[in-house]
Amino acid sequence: MEMTQAILLTVATAATPLLIAAMGELVVERSGVLNLGVEGMMVMGAVTAFVVAQMTGSAWLGMVAAILAGAAFSLLFGFLTLTLVTNQVASGLALTILGLGVSAMIGESYVGLPGIRMEPIHIPGLSQLPLVGQFLFGQDPIFYLSILLTVGVSWFLFRTRAGLTLRAIGDNPGSAHALGAHVVRIRYLAVLFGGACAGLAGAQLSLVYVPQWVENMTAGRGWIALALVVFASWRPWRVLAGAYLFGAVTIGQLHAQALGLGLPSQFLSALPYLATILVLVLISRNRRSTMINTPASLGKPFVPDR
Amino acid sequence: MSVTATDQPLLDVRRVTKTFGNLVACDAIDLVIKRGEIHALLGENGAGKSTFVKMLFGSLQPVAGEIFWKGRKVNISSPAVARGLGIGMVFQHFSLFDSLTAAENIALSLDKKIPLQDIAVRARDLGEAYGLPLDPDALVGDLSVGERQRIEIIRCLLQEPDLIILDEPTSVLTPQEADRLFVTLERLRAEGKSILYISHRLDEVKRLCDRATVLRHGKVAGDCDPRKETPASLARMMVGNDIKIARRDVATGGKGEARPLLEIRGLSQPPRGPFSTALHDISLTVYAGEIVGIAGVSGNGQGEFFESVSGEMRQDRADTIRIGGVAAGRAGISRRRGLGAAFVPEERLGHGAVPELPLTDNLLLSRYATDGGAFLRGGPLKILARHRLQSAVGSIVKAMDVRKSGENPDASALSGGNLQKFIIGRELARKPAVLVVNQPTWGVDAGAAAYVRQALIDLARDGSAVLVISQDLDELMEICDRIAVMNQGALSKTLPSAEVTLEKIGLMMGGADKAA
Repeated sequence: MEMTQAILLTVATAATPLLIAAMGELVVERSGVLNLGVEGMMVMGAVTAFVVAQMTGSAWLGMVAAILAGAAFSLLFGFLTLTLVTNQVASGLALTILGLGVSAMIGESYVGLPGIRMEPIHIPGLSQLPLVGQFLFGQDPIFYLSILLTVGVSWFLFRTRAGLTLRAIGDNPGSAHALGAHVVRIRYLAVLFGGACAGLAGAQLSLVYVPQWVENMTAGRGWIALALVVFASWRPWRVLAGAYLFGAVTIGQLHAQALGLGLPSQFLSALPYLATILVLVLISRNRRSTMINTPASLGKPFVPDR
Repeated sequence: MSVTATDQPLLDVRRVTKTFGNLVACDAIDLVIKRGEIHALLGENGAGKSTFVKMLFGSLQPVAGEIFWKGRKVNISSPAVARGLGIGMVFQHFSLFDSLTAAENIALSLDKKIPLQDIAVRARDLGEAYGLPLDPDALVGDLSVGERQRIEIIRCLLQEPDLIILDEPTSVLTPQEADRLFVTLERLRAEGKSILYISHRLDEVKRLCDRATVLRHGKVAGDCDPRKETPASLARMMVGNDIKIARRDVATGGKGEARPLLEIRGLSQPPRGPFSTALHDISLTVYAGEIVGIAGVSGNGQGEFFESVSGEMRQDRADTIRIGGVAAGRAGISRRRGLGAAFVPEERLGHGAVPELPLTDNLLLSRYATDGGAFLRGGPLKILARHRLQSAVGSIVKAMDVRKSGENPDASALSGGNLQKFIIGRELARKPAVLVVNQPTWGVDAGAAAYVRQALIDLARDGSAVLVISQDLDELMEICDRIAVMNQGALSKTLPSAEVTLEKIGLMMGGADKAA
């Protein structure tokens, strides 16, 4: 009983940063922009959250600062790719490399310091429920934000006029421009939203997951988030499913390693990746639905008519 | 709407000018549109029609000149401003979104905040009122071109415009669909709405329009009542001289003795994507010395058929396609070229030519596998022989009358018509035994189109087999010996051109022959 609760909680903690970063990138890609800088924005969020929390003593301020840092960092990407119309792939890769370097520099004197943990919010009564009580009603604030974010993004994309415009821009920016949509402005907003989400995902790492700062502490999670978006065919609830599956297999294989199942540890470490790819490929094997959901202009630069 | 004198024009454009760098796309254009009139804007490709209407719709800004709307001077700074004034536009290349539904597409262009559900209902009602049936929940990518155009028109009408701009609306329709569109347009005119009708189809303009303004090289070449003109006099205004009509020798010899050069047997293929068409058991033989045409509304499998014949899509069975008697169904495009076939795809930029490469490189790329050796030196090193490529390009340019600037410009620097002439010339220079060409004169001006058609006829007369896929029925009837119709991925039997009428073909294009 206690064990199940603990496992569920750790699964959520492992899945949340992936979910948040992927949800931000999903919105960016739905607008037709491919930002490969998720890892860089995430690690900037992580270091900013940790440093600001240290300086102010408040994990909440650290979280807000991380969101702002992620957004500010993504603005650099936006300026390069949307205003200067540089190559999105190269700019995104540069953003990741820059983020890893800058965060290491900022965080140098903070390595190994004890961090400030963001405390869980217990909803009285409900969090005492057996099995899922802790999981659903006794988590840290960023967990709740991640669920709200999924609901919100899904509602925004498929139920609002603004979401429709965003999808239209991702499908065909030329036509959207001809209809009077502000393609570049909306793509900027999408990129900023993606940056803010990546920053928040980073904050979760250094305030909740492991409350301390370690260089390169995102450890490739930004890349996994990017892959999740593609394998989930750009659909919010599939991203959630993918993130939790990845989290579950990650935690499961750790327990399996501890139990000593006799399987090579390298294989077990690779298991989360294999399982997530396999399941998401299976659920998105309907090519028709995948192609309809794929933003047709993804990664292609857009320059409005003179 | 305020009460105004009926003789006050709805739209009065005075000396509007637009330049792109050194190019003057529109040079001091005057145009007056009255209320309740259908006004034609005629002109060849590159005459400045599209640029001009983009300024009326706010997508482009004029560098000089004035626009008066209902007697008031206006500055149309964006499409939203144009819509606010009451100017609606139906685009030639539809500005629709394939992965969205019809209702979502309509919602995108409405400025008012109407819930999606209400839009679907209103679109359906309006469509019924004007004879434009529509399923609001259908994905646009699944719809035919005619249905997409209906969405564009309904989208435009929902904004209750006073002036509707239609850019080449019938270029993608069957004759019957076009007739239905004309009924809708006449109804709109009867309601007092004005229509600016852009076209290069002279018979339509004569039939439908009250006034016509003709553009040539960015200037107004004439202003007339099209009903008092002949197609020839209108064409003269457009082109500036008489267009040559391609001539074909009617007697092309008995088919009995002619050699089959291209044979297609039982070609079937499942759809490759959500918006692609399946092919069903297509069989066709093209003999030496003849031109066979394939008519049909676009999106009925012509693109897929072309790719199967050219080898972009290979078949499972080799004997599905024979070129010069050799089974080539499993061969790739280079091997098929090696057998004497040549292919001209529909999409010129990005398919028929690499836009950012110069003409010499584009020449070598398509002929590398066949006679590329003539342009290479250094044996196994395969060094490009620049001067030989350049002189080959020069002779194509001369043979096909390609107008270009500079000695060896990038493909993207040529206008559509000139690039098409270059691409066709490039394939013809090899004297192919089989030529398959998709939409040879799509978006090509009348002069260049006549040139291209004559070149196809000459090739067939010299003993090659020519297969032409086109949406332009007049073109097919002008140059082809036999015509077949493609509908929903299936091909009808071929009919001799002499027995073909526009009505008959039009019904077959709509799939009506199956019901009979």
